[in-house]
Amino acid sequence: MNKVLLIIQREYLTRVRKKSFIIMLFVVPALIFVMGVVIKMVAENSDKLSSLQTVNVIDKSGSFANKFHDVTNVKFTYALTDLKSSKQLLKDSEGISILYIPANYMQKDSVQIFSKKKASIPLSEEIEKQISDIAFSNNLISHHIDTALLSSIKRTNISVNAIEISDKGDKNANIGPNILIGIACAILIYLSLFIYGGQVMRGVIEEKTNRIIEVVISSVKPFQLMLGKIIGVGLVGLTQFSAWIILSVISTKIAGHAFSSPASPMTNALAVLQTIPFGYIMGCFIFYFLSGYLFYAALFAAVGSAVDSETETQQFMFPITMPLLFTYILSVSVLFRAPDSPLAVWLSMIPFTAPVAMMVRIPFDPPHWQVAISMALMVVGFLFTTYVAARIYRVGVLMYGKKASYKELVKWFFYKE
Amino acid sequence: MLSIRNIVKQYAGHRALSDVSLEVESGQIFGLLGPNGAGKTSLIRIVNQITAPDSGDVYFNGEKLNQSHIERIGYLPEERGLYKKMEIGEQMIYLARLKGLSRAEAQKRLKFWFEKLEMETWWKKKIEELSKGMQQKAQFVATVLHEPDLIILDEPFSGFDPVNAELIKDEILELNKKGATILFSTHRMESVEELCDAIALINKSHKILDGKVKHIRNSYRNETYFVEYEGPRIAFDGSQPFELLDETHSVDDSHTIKIKLSGQNNSNDVLQYLIPKARVNMLQEVIPSMHEIFIEKVNLNSAGHE
Repeated sequence: MNKVLLIIQREYLTRVRKKSFIIMLFVVPALIFVMGVVIKMVAENSDKLSSLQTVNVIDKSGSFANKFHDVTNVKFTYALTDLKSSKQLLKDSEGISILYIPANYMQKDSVQIFSKKKASIPLSEEIEKQISDIAFSNNLISHHIDTALLSSIKRTNISVNAIEISDKGDKNANIGPNILIGIACAILIYLSLFIYGGQVMRGVIEEKTNRIIEVVISSVKPFQLMLGKIIGVGLVGLTQFSAWIILSVISTKIAGHAFSSPASPMTNALAVLQTIPFGYIMGCFIFYFLSGYLFYAALFAAVGSAVDSETETQQFMFPITMPLLFTYILSVSVLFRAPDSPLAVWLSMIPFTAPVAMMVRIPFDPPHWQVAISMALMVVGFLFTTYVAARIYRVGVLMYGKKASYKELVKWFFYKE
Repeated sequence: MLSIRNIVKQYAGHRALSDVSLEVESGQIFGLLGPNGAGKTSLIRIVNQITAPDSGDVYFNGEKLNQSHIERIGYLPEERGLYKKMEIGEQMIYLARLKGLSRAEAQKRLKFWFEKLEMETWWKKKIEELSKGMQQKAQFVATVLHEPDLIILDEPFSGFDPVNAELIKDEILELNKKGATILFSTHRMESVEELCDAIALINKSHKILDGKVKHIRNSYRNETYFVEYEGPRIAFDGSQPFELLDETHSVDDSHTIKIKLSGQNNSNDVLQYLIPKARVNMLQEVIPSMHEIFIEKVNLNSAGHE
């Protein structure tokens, strides 16, 4: 069997067999599931009232008598007529509120709701809606509209859908979900580059401090070992992401079924989500994760080879972490607001920053030629960093107990063999 | 078996090997001697193809050293180490497979070795659960599991307790008997005379001596003898055919002297001189130990360079 394959196999198996890996595999989707359920429950509960509310209408104007209609969990009565005595009564009873409509109800803020606790937003919204409707109808009637005709006119509900005009046909321009997806992808890539890059680095340091490195590279070339390690850890990352995506989709589907409610604003947002090309985004995500990982993992491996312990890595980590951190901060603060700005375009081209910056832009569907150039540069980029890193690595792994400087790294790079 | 020709290796700031040539014959136990920092490990790394020389060549069984020879060489580095978190059986198999063994074959041979060295119960243990001596034993097994033709051991006895060192020594001798060529480096001379057929001495990047141990020791004879005689103490006045280096006397009229022949005299002349004066119990030529040669050569070499 090919030796690189053997190394990949070892790197992969020792990691996926770890308890921590298996736990993380299930904990993350479980968290997403719980979050999904919580969000859904909050969304739905704010949408409707949880318990029966009785509203006693005290109508001083005489225009609203018996015109309120009961809805789910809201019941209107007209039993009490005196505000003062009713208020006394309220002190001891939950679930009852008093709607006070003065004679001059058209005046601003003159209509009031009294209740033991502050009236909930859905309740006030429901009352506001009904009282406006009734007042409007009253107005129409006072302007001699036929009551029979009026009752035959149905109330219509219209929501506005934002459409963007483009060459490829109109497309939904509701950008809320795009921003969310872009930023989520950028954060995921940013984190995973550090997590898996760091794993490569620690693996190299482990081999170096264990001194097993000498045994291994008497059997394989340093480059084979480095490559095997990078690919092995990368596959661990892919496994983790695939498992997360699959488990998350399943769990949110289950959550969606369990708590589905028709035609809430939440399901409207979900409908918008369905218009987003997930396949394309997922493909880009996988590409930028892999190429970004290969780009940075090589650098991480070189850093690992140059030091004797993790505490010494800091001086070399700076140039690796800075561009990532910089793009990450820009991404979550600026880039998503202007995904087609020159800054965003440039950052999504430079391989150091592209994996994070381009993922913010992808859901906004940037020009395909830009994506193509960016991808091509990523491939060139990781081939280049792998080449540079391999030259440093092959010398670094055999240098024990010597604190390397940048000058030395350059020297190692130019070593013949 | 192994032919090292004119190797030069230069590191930034210092020269590790200058024009070193060696011949290791098949079936030999070859000792690579030298003080710390002489260049032994650099040379071993070149033979293992971990690093490449700046100039010079290495031939393995007449072929120029290449990747295919890796599977024929077993290497125990001076700095020992294994993956701490990996189970020992699995790890041994992994290392053997890197040397080109199939999984099944590695497993079979590993069972044999584990039984032989009484390590059967370790199979599922992680390296970090083993004592240092146990780890060394495991690493030795990893070195020889693929039955290499050439076994390279860098300071093999350092770190072993005396019992295990003896055990490993016996294993090395047995492997050698079965046909493996052994190349080992050490700066401890005790093991050399006992084990080595031939040696090379490296100091400050230069090879300063090499050859068969017997030849070297013989060539370093300097006509020194121990003589033991009985009777009254002889007073040497300078007329004797040798130079007196040392003498010790015991109460029971037994005397030991260390002498160096002078002029053209030989051991018979010594006896002729002594026999009339006392009863000679012993006359033995002092053949310098490798240790003495080592010290002498290194000191000479150092003095010459400074």
